[in-house]
Amino acid sequence: MEENKIFQEMIEILRLYAKDKTHLDQSTMTTHILDDLKVNSARLVDVIIKCEDVFGITIEDDEADKIRTIGDAVELIKKKL
Amino acid sequence: MEKRIVITGMGVTAPNAHGLEAFTEALRAGRSGIRHIQEMEDLNFGCQVGGIPENFEAVRKSYFDHEKLMSINDNIGYASVSAIDAWRDAGFEVPEGDDDRVHWDTGVILGSGIGGMDTIARSVVPMVNEGKVRRMGSRIVEQVMNSGTSARIAGLLALGNQVTSNSSACSTGNEAIIDAMWRIRTGLAKRMLAGGSEGASPYTWSGFDAMRVICRKFNDQPERASRPMSATAGGFVPGAGGAVLVLEDLETARQRGARIYAEVAGGAVNCGGQRMGGSMTAPNPAGVRRCIQDAIADAGISPHDIQAINGHLTATYADPMEVKNWSETLGRSPADFPFINSTKSMIGHCLGAAGALESVAVVLQLHRGFIHPSVNSEDVHPDIAAFAAKIPQQAIDMPDLRVIAKAGFGFGDVNSCLIFKKWEEK
Repeated sequence: MEENKIFQEMIEILRLYAKDKTHLDQSTMTTHILDDLKVNSARLVDVIIKCEDVFGITIEDDEADKIRTIGDAVELIKKKL
Repeated sequence: MEKRIVITGMGVTAPNAHGLEAFTEALRAGRSGIRHIQEMEDLNFGCQVGGIPENFEAVRKSYFDHEKLMSINDNIGYASVSAIDAWRDAGFEVPEGDDDRVHWDTGVILGSGIGGMDTIARSVVPMVNEGKVRRMGSRIVEQVMNSGTSARIAGLLALGNQVTSNSSACSTGNEAIIDAMWRIRTGLAKRMLAGGSEGASPYTWSGFDAMRVICRKFNDQPERASRPMSATAGGFVPGAGGAVLVLEDLETARQRGARIYAEVAGGAVNCGGQRMGGSMTAPNPAGVRRCIQDAIADAGISPHDIQAINGHLTATYADPMEVKNWSETLGRSPADFPFINSTKSMIGHCLGAAGALESVAVVLQLHRGFIHPSVNSEDVHPDIAAFAAKIPQQAIDMPDLRVIAKAGFGFGDVNSCLIFKKWEEK
């Protein structure tokens, strides 16, 4: 799957959790998931589970811990596909 | 001078109605919310009828967005919808997402008898047993923790005073109101939401079926199954739902021009110690009598002031004993006895929600001046035949209805009694 498609899917996955929806629609690869999109950190596990289901991959806990920006997530998913 | 506690808002999600107008109408008409429950039949329950609020999926979706719904199981759904209804009924608005204000003077006490059983049974147990803990998601804890209902309500309404879920089995809903009353009386809060809720999971009801205490004799006639005070009562009918009352200090209510439904004149809770005839599942009559007497004393009324009793009356063998207990405690013979009805005859026994649902029924009867029928009691139990004339078979209009006593007796031999008074602005 090409990078832009992964990026668009990530935006849609984050839509349910991003409190700042305006920022979400203006996101770039450097957008910070917690600080910019104001996702509740308690819900990050739900985001990871959704990524696993949408992309058909497994994300280990230590890999998930390293994700800060949308770009970090996209790079990780690209590697696994 | 002791603060007076009044009711300024109510919300109700009952097996036979959602909302105060619909509930009032259903009570007047003696309309049953008991239906055949296919899942109970499929799972080989002895009792295959129950009371579940209708069309609730649609109701939930109209109140909450998709993100919130993922954290709102059956029990929390009934509690939250009822709380929002009560809040709006009291004249307040549900805060918008970006409103950061907290109501420091308002709290909630709302409990369940069993709680988040559906989440436990359908998610936690299967997923843990399959070794899939990492896939359970972040929303399990807030739905299974005992305080799940009160915690969710506090977030929806920005409540900043005491937020807790009490639990005393079938007495939970009444106890919540009494604890809320005391919180305001002591000046620790100006306003408290009080109530109870219970989910409609067959897992919740399974233990009662195992005890053979829920009714197995009317599976083909659900609306006749819940028969408090009847000679052919066959055990209680399980129910689900939620109800919330907004209790407020009278001065606060007056200052903001709130509409007042009724006064919580007094109440009492106790336990019978599971002695002197009491046990885990049966009340000690001495404990019941003390509780009623304490409530009457707390309300500053005389036993003869009580014009109607909304009993615990679940349709078990204990019903005739309850009626006789009331008679002895109030010192009132059958001829002199108040009217006595059981809301459970229409909605079943909603466990943690029961006391709250039935208290809303009491307040509506006081406010509108009527006494609802105790349906399915046309064949009054022979032990209480002398009281038959006081068990309404149809709604009775009573414009001068002023005082109703409400009681609840729960597993654990726990008792609660409330005295509600019609509100008359002097």
